[in-house]
Amino acid sequence: MTALLQAVDLSRRFGGVQAVSELTFDVNQGEILGLIGPNGAGKSTVFNLLNGVIAPDTGQIIFDGADITGLPPYTVARHGIARAHQIMQPLLGLSVLENCMVGACFGRENMNLADAREAAREVAQSVGLGDRVGALAGSLTTAGKKRLEMARALSAHPKLLLLDEVLAGLNPTEIEHMIETIRGIRKSGITILMIEHVMRAIMSLSDRIVVINLGKRLAEGTPREIAENPEVIKAYLGDSKLLTTAEEGVP
Amino acid sequence: MIGILASVVDGVLVGAVYGLAAMGLTLIWGVMNVINLSHGAIIVLGMFVVYFLTGATGVSAYLGIPLVLVVGFLAGIIIYWVSVNRVIGRPILMSLLATFALNMIIIGLGTAAWTTSPYNVPVSLPGITVGNYTFTGTHIMAAVIASVVAGILYLFLHFTRPGKAIRAVASNRDAAELNGIPTRQVLAMAFGLGVALACVSGALIATLFPFTVLSGGAYQLKSFVVTVLGGLGNPAGALLGGIALGMVEGLATPFTPVSWTPIIEFGLFVLVLIAFPRGIFAFTKA
Amino acid sequence: MSSSVSQEVAKAGTFKPHHSIAEEIYRHLREPFLWLIVVFTAIVAFAPVVMDDVSMRESLLLAAVYVTLASNLNLMIGYAGYVNFGNIVFFGLGGYIGVYLATSWHVNLVLSVLAGGVGVSALAYLFGRGILGLRGAFFALATIGVNEAIHAFVTNFEPWGGATGIYLSMDAYEPLGGPMSGLWFCYYLIVLVMGLSLLLSYAIKTSKFGLGILAIGQNEDAAAVLGVPTPRYKAIIYAVSGFLPAVAGGLYFFKSGIIEPNGAFDLTTSIEAIVMIMLGGAGTVTGPVIGAFLYEELRGFLLVSETFSHLQLVLAGVLLLIIVLFVPGGLLGWLRARLPWLRKWLQ
Repeated sequence: MTALLQAVDLSRRFGGVQAVSELTFDVNQGEILGLIGPNGAGKSTVFNLLNGVIAPDTGQIIFDGADITGLPPYTVARHGIARAHQIMQPLLGLSVLENCMVGACFGRENMNLADAREAAREVAQSVGLGDRVGALAGSLTTAGKKRLEMARALSAHPKLLLLDEVLAGLNPTEIEHMIETIRGIRKSGITILMIEHVMRAIMSLSDRIVVINLGKRLAEGTPREIAENPEVIKAYLGDSKLLTTAEEGVP
Repeated sequence: MIGILASVVDGVLVGAVYGLAAMGLTLIWGVMNVINLSHGAIIVLGMFVVYFLTGATGVSAYLGIPLVLVVGFLAGIIIYWVSVNRVIGRPILMSLLATFALNMIIIGLGTAAWTTSPYNVPVSLPGITVGNYTFTGTHIMAAVIASVVAGILYLFLHFTRPGKAIRAVASNRDAAELNGIPTRQVLAMAFGLGVALACVSGALIATLFPFTVLSGGAYQLKSFVVTVLGGLGNPAGALLGGIALGMVEGLATPFTPVSWTPIIEFGLFVLVLIAFPRGIFAFTKA
Repeated sequence: MSSSVSQEVAKAGTFKPHHSIAEEIYRHLREPFLWLIVVFTAIVAFAPVVMDDVSMRESLLLAAVYVTLASNLNLMIGYAGYVNFGNIVFFGLGGYIGVYLATSWHVNLVLSVLAGGVGVSALAYLFGRGILGLRGAFFALATIGVNEAIHAFVTNFEPWGGATGIYLSMDAYEPLGGPMSGLWFCYYLIVLVMGLSLLLSYAIKTSKFGLGILAIGQNEDAAAVLGVPTPRYKAIIYAVSGFLPAVAGGLYFFKSGIIEPNGAFDLTTSIEAIVMIMLGGAGTVTGPVIGAFLYEELRGFLLVSETFSHLQLVLAGVLLLIIVLFVPGGLLGWLRARLPWLRKWLQ
């Protein structure tokens, strides 16, 4: 396994809070890596550091052989990292298709408009928004907007997809649906780094999991190793759900 | 040298009045995120209220200040419910345009009623002579009144129930609403207060310089400069910003022709906006 | 469901581009809306000469200037979501550069006004890099500051006549074959600039660049994460939105025979352009045209009527307030919401 992304000694402080502290991890080519941790552990900050929304104070980010530390988000996107946000940010006044076209046009492949239109249509189809391409993004339901967030990121044909709690706020049927979609994305060759609170899902989807707490790396391993790690259980205050869902979830 | 110093001191006196005007602008901005583009027209309204008051009753302009406050407050409440309430929380363009429309209406009606010829409010106060330079009495009085009104505003915002409600709504409207504060009424009150401050500053300016219906534009732009210097939404910063602008004007007067003052002002304005978008004196607002 | 999802995602991942730019251009040429712009421009250009009506030419000229101002401002306000309150600075500065070159240096009129456009755009690009970092109201205020600072500067700038401005002598029109044909020449050029403004607006809206700009207008942070190079795009659209107004300024003031600071940098005209956009519908190509013509009609009516001439500003204000409070989508937004088939024709 070769590393697609290497985060080395990342640190970032906000005022008096050390949000991320000397964090190091790799994302291997083709895998699904889960990033979990209690609320406020710094997970979203890690994503913001990775895709350039904020710059790290110290540390280095190597993506696909290139140093992308401190580059602005649009340059990072061009390198092939796409992101689906936890708080959905659809371009409300544009159609579903146009939303996806933005991803395709300005993502890794720098497509022209006509190519982007086709790519966007295919991706929208693939995440189940095929019949809504002409609708305004603002008219979609919550689940629809989550799918759009994903479709828009996928339209860029990224090498690495960052998924920030894409399952939050969905009902069980919608979650099943989304899990299938995520599996499909990985099968197409896209590497995935995901933050998730729905334990059953992350335990069953991830090849490996990195646990962070208070901005530091707490543990790393397969879902089963993580579920049995006493430090992780302690950080989650003995959340027994973690154990049970892991046992059910891992095939 | 003493001439420059005197010019700067005089600039500070006038600057206190600019600060008061800007306070009205910044209060509204801070509480409801609306930049009031009818600010200049409202300053002019204050000028004319004091002009007609002194003309009709013969009382001193300074005794008319409380009445100007009341008239301004009521006008502000009306303006809020007619044109501002519906654009609260909408894109910034909408509130800019709604208040600008109001500006057009007030200026248009004012021009129809009073033409654009100059007016002045006759006030005579003895000056204070230091060495061979005399500080104008009206400038001193205006600065004193501006400072007193600013002080009263501070006490009102920090030590009265309605004042605390305004600050609560400014810091977090949703939380204030959940705590049972009638936010829309509070917004209307804050708007009324901002307009009242603008009116009083207009009344004070009328005692300093001649004015026309169209004078408001220049003072509105000064208020913007002051507000940006002091940090948007920060009343205490506004007074400091006003004094800073007054000093700059006072300092520039002996060295450059008067017509160059706007270039200095607006150059400063744009530079400060770019360099310190939160204002130079933006230390009080968290 | 699950296996088909996987397959389709897999297919999407291996997609290969195959569209060329030539195809894209050809696709646009079949668009009826494009030809609507051309026909409209031709009608405006030739109506006065066909009808042999000079007063019609004068009012159409004003309308064409308004359309130019409103349409280009719409690129910022309607597309990029940045409120440029001081947009008139492009018109005024372009006017000064154009008139100055044409009169003091006897440069060919067309070259002079083009130089005005290029100069203004270059300044706007450099400047935009600075002030476009500001968001929302801060940007709007900065644009007012820029206009006022340049206004004050030009008022003191002696080579451009200071506060009195530049007056053109009759000789200035000699290269165009005298004042009469000079006025017609200016008219055709201004209408051409109007037509180019509309084509520009349409071209941007239907381009990849435009998609990026629209994305910025919707949510700038999201656009950046999606890969839109926001600082560069914003500076470009700011510079582009200044070019044709600057050219129009040169032509307009040359035709008027005088340019002076208060007329050239009048903040009210800036706001009037915003009123036109709002009246017609922001973010559309057609909206600013409709808005500009309606506003010009209204203004003409108010100026002629003795009763209203004083109250023109009041009525414009009331109109603006009503639009903002009750019809924020403008006429076009209102129509398109009710008649979806109009979308194809009225972009």
